[in-house]
Amino acid sequence: MALAIEAPTQAQLKPATQPGLLGVKTWKKTRLAIALVFALVSMGPLLYMISLSFQPASEIGTGNFVLLPSHPTIQNYVQAWDTVSLGRLLLNSTIVAAGTVVLTVVCASLAAFAFARYKFRFKEVIFYLFLASLAVPSVELVIPQYLLMDRLHLIDSLIGLVLIYVSANLPFSIFLLRGFFEAVPRELEESFRLDGATNLGVLTKLLAPLSIPALAVVALFAFNAAWDEFVIALTLINSSSHFTVPIGLALFIGSHTTAWGPLFAASVVATVPNVVAFVISQRWFKSGVSLGGIR
Amino acid sequence: MERRSAAPSQGAVPASLRPSRRVGLHARAGRFLTPYLLIVPAAAFYAVFTIYPIFRQFDVSFFNWQIFPGSQSPFIGWSNYSHLIQDPEIRTAAYNTALYVVITVPVQMALGLFAAAMLTDRLPASTLWRALVFIPVVTSWVVVSFLFAYMFSPSGGLVDTVLGLFAGHAVHFDWLAQTWSANVVIWLVGIWKGVGWSFIIFLAALDGTARDVIEAARVDGATERRIWRSVVIPSIRQSVVFVLVLLVIGAATVFQSVWLITVGGPYGSTNVLYTYAYQQAFTDFAFGYAAAIGSLLAVVLFGLSLAEIQVLRPRAD
Repeated sequence: MALAIEAPTQAQLKPATQPGLLGVKTWKKTRLAIALVFALVSMGPLLYMISLSFQPASEIGTGNFVLLPSHPTIQNYVQAWDTVSLGRLLLNSTIVAAGTVVLTVVCASLAAFAFARYKFRFKEVIFYLFLASLAVPSVELVIPQYLLMDRLHLIDSLIGLVLIYVSANLPFSIFLLRGFFEAVPRELEESFRLDGATNLGVLTKLLAPLSIPALAVVALFAFNAAWDEFVIALTLINSSSHFTVPIGLALFIGSHTTAWGPLFAASVVATVPNVVAFVISQRWFKSGVSLGGIR
Repeated sequence: MERRSAAPSQGAVPASLRPSRRVGLHARAGRFLTPYLLIVPAAAFYAVFTIYPIFRQFDVSFFNWQIFPGSQSPFIGWSNYSHLIQDPEIRTAAYNTALYVVITVPVQMALGLFAAAMLTDRLPASTLWRALVFIPVVTSWVVVSFLFAYMFSPSGGLVDTVLGLFAGHAVHFDWLAQTWSANVVIWLVGIWKGVGWSFIIFLAALDGTARDVIEAARVDGATERRIWRSVVIPSIRQSVVFVLVLLVIGAATVFQSVWLITVGGPYGSTNVLYTYAYQQAFTDFAFGYAAAIGSLLAVVLFGLSLAEIQVLRPRAD
């Protein structure tokens, strides 16, 4: 029994020494090796893509394997910019993604506020109605959405894309934000209201600042979803001046020849915003996911 | 707010009566209406662009739908659905879809959980490793699909070159020319891009498991296996179900990788349900039939979403 009392303190001081020093050191090395393998497999293809984007026409797509370009060139980037007007694609995608992020964050915050802080009839029914569509991924509804947009005269319109993307992003966003808003103590809200805060004030000055991690995750997911979406954009957009980046990328694939170099140059450019958005929101990411109630 | 502009004209009304009554009514109506007003924007988006299309799809599935203006769309009852049963091509698509679900979902979950268990605590530079494992999730399907198509090309592709190193002679295997190997490429894209997602959910769940409980169990001499079975697994059960349900739904509606890598080829043999439905709608203009495929899968997925709602229900504290 005396041992049992001593053991926990020892474990708290030096948990690593518990199963024997040597064992733990090897274990840590094994885990580092495993981490390295995972990171390599994750990053390998993307790093290879960067290498491909700098390979001259004499190396890429010629049937020979080239790991690193012997004479790196930016020719592919220049060509990508010219042939599919990459600038136009980036502008269109930026408009669509910005619209989607703003509308998703605003609408989801308002709704999550109602679900987290008010009692009203059919509250849970409505909430589950929202949640149920997590089972309906965007590709599932492309046919009726096409017919709807045709009737609304929103075919070939960036606004039409934003409307559909916001709708698709709302359920998960509301779910995540509701969990966060509910975690804010009610006493805080009451003292806030005593100081004369309005409903909107409670949301914007109290709940939102305390829910930055969840808002960051919501914004990141909405951004990625809008930036990468392919099926609906492919279906709704038909004039090249309204193409978004994913549709533009598919233009490089010809039925006979494929401009692999410019394709991968444009792909690198298209991926940079994804990575930047992730790096920015990354520090809130884990708490955003874990406190939101997905456990 | 909207009353402020009207305020000056009401200056003549005795101040003693007006404000208190107005505030009382206003506050009561406000308390009743506020939550509804708050959900109106989201609900409007959702009703028009998600709920309505779901029912619209059912509706269209009972017609021989004609997309061209001016043409009539005859009502044909269940004919689209009876055609479903006889169509040999949809059997191939359903089989490929089922195979995709059965293969990619368990692999993603197993690798995601394994990575989460390995990278969870006190690993040097753990934040960096975690970010690197997650990066494929934020990349675009279009980018990744084309990149994998290039890596698996028979001449100068990365994969055949590496295989050649092991084989000791040049390998020129055309992965996308055969059904089984094209399917393998599609599975690998899905797994590569998906592992990070289940990883991050499992990571959050594992970090949420009470460390002191695990530590105490270890001190009491419990084996690692026992700790996993009795402490860790029960506490992440909810995440496991959550990941499973969402991955199955995502896998059952796989579209982009197949569409971009094989376009369902060779000869439709790698079609999945949605590439087939999409071709039916936008290549053959059989909108009614495509809607029937979509509706049927929606019903199947709805069954799964019921399980999902059960899992996502906010726990009462």
